[in-house]
Amino acid sequence: MLKLYDYELSGNCYKIRLMLSFLDVVHSIESVDFYPGAQHKSPAFLRLNPMGQLPVIEDAGMVLRDAQAILIYLAARYDSQGVWFPRDDPVRLGQIAQWLAFADSITATASVARLHDGLLYSHVDSEAARLGAHKLFRILDEHLYFCEQVEQTWICPGDQPTLADIACFPYVMLSEEGGISRIDYPALRRWCDRFKRIPGFVVMPGIFHAGPGLEASTV
Amino acid sequence: MQCTHSFLFDDWHVVADMELLTQQTPIATTLFESPVTVQCDDNGTVICECKGSALPTQTRYGFVWTSLGEPARDIVHIPEAYEDDRYVVSGGSFFVRTSGLRVVENFLDMGHFPFVHSGWLGDEPHTEVKPYEVTLTEENEILATECYFHQPVASPTATGGIEVEYTYRVYRPFTVALYKTNPVCDGRMDYIVLFIQPVSPETCVVHSLLCYVKEGMKRSDLRWFMQLIFSQDKPILENQIPRRLPLDPRAETPIRADKVAIVYRRWLRDHNVSYGAIPAQGDPR
Repeated sequence: MLKLYDYELSGNCYKIRLMLSFLDVVHSIESVDFYPGAQHKSPAFLRLNPMGQLPVIEDAGMVLRDAQAILIYLAARYDSQGVWFPRDDPVRLGQIAQWLAFADSITATASVARLHDGLLYSHVDSEAARLGAHKLFRILDEHLYFCEQVEQTWICPGDQPTLADIACFPYVMLSEEGGISRIDYPALRRWCDRFKRIPGFVVMPGIFHAGPGLEASTV
Repeated sequence: MQCTHSFLFDDWHVVADMELLTQQTPIATTLFESPVTVQCDDNGTVICECKGSALPTQTRYGFVWTSLGEPARDIVHIPEAYEDDRYVVSGGSFFVRTSGLRVVENFLDMGHFPFVHSGWLGDEPHTEVKPYEVTLTEENEILATECYFHQPVASPTATGGIEVEYTYRVYRPFTVALYKTNPVCDGRMDYIVLFIQPVSPETCVVHSLLCYVKEGMKRSDLRWFMQLIFSQDKPILENQIPRRLPLDPRAETPIRADKVAIVYRRWLRDHNVSYGAIPAQGDPR
């Protein structure tokens, strides 16, 4: 059975939990004491991932690290419809890969600010991280606004959400824990609400289900 | 805003988890808006300093404690932390953008379980908080007893919904604990205490100590469960306005389920605690 090395409060681990839920993949979870235990820096864990980072999966004898890499693997392996990662569509594949890299930049900024503010990471520059996150949120908000103008619901073209949406969602939605308000990004907020209504959506601490009252207003 | 209040100032406060200090020394932190440096020397001796002056320092329950004044009493005694058949672990230290008094009040509240901890500590439509007892003890602590609530997943060892009994205990303005039914061992109660470090009137670091009966429990699940629950509370806490706790009885409208919060606010008022609070109208403080 697929095993996820997981930390409940990690947005990158949450990406994998979302994908596993959307695809309904049977799996087990090995909880890693990331904070305050720093178990991801322990010799045993470093043998699994020398980068000392979460998430990691084990599946069919293979060990795979990096949230975006794991998303690609899971979609390619378990999404028989090819919806989340359309293997035969070069244009959309390129676009998805572009936004997966963008999601990594969100991690490097919004997630860093959150670790600083919430988990007492004192050795990082939280102001620079917040500024960086705002620049990225502006870019994504504009992109999503123009998507809406052509009735495109998701980050990449097509009727269905893709890996790009999963990869970008968690640290956008958790940004306020790092002191990054989303008040100036209305298209980003509308996209977050749409994302929460994808069948199979699951929450994590700090992220709540969409309010039922808005159901009628989303199409 | 300087904290000049002896009841708070001349007391012990947690400023670091020993487990973090072994990974990183020194640790720079803040207590009552004063910078505090916590370091561990080569012999394992822990020293706290504020602006170059040594502060009284103790280590207990896996935490570093200090005081900016002259502690008039010892650290809270917790017998559960010495019981061999319990896991005694810290739950992680989390910075929260609200008054520590708000964190205490939220910890005492059962009414939010079905909404904030949906599927874990409560679920809709089982939202009623049944009447419970609140007493002030001879030791000047607040006790809320006979608190019952149906919980889908009360603990990492729970295998289904159970009726949980809680006892809440406020030791000091920033120190609050709960005892709750252990789902596996009849008659035993698990114990959680929050040691809240007031950083400023509107910010704090919440340190927690978990003392859970070992039987049927995995040590590693304890932190996971505590952090899951606490991180569900955090965004709610950070969105409460005002961030300081209003002590005026007319400032907010309580309901019957808030009985212990009403006593807590009155108790703070009676002890002239204003740090992290909005004093009552007509109050000279």
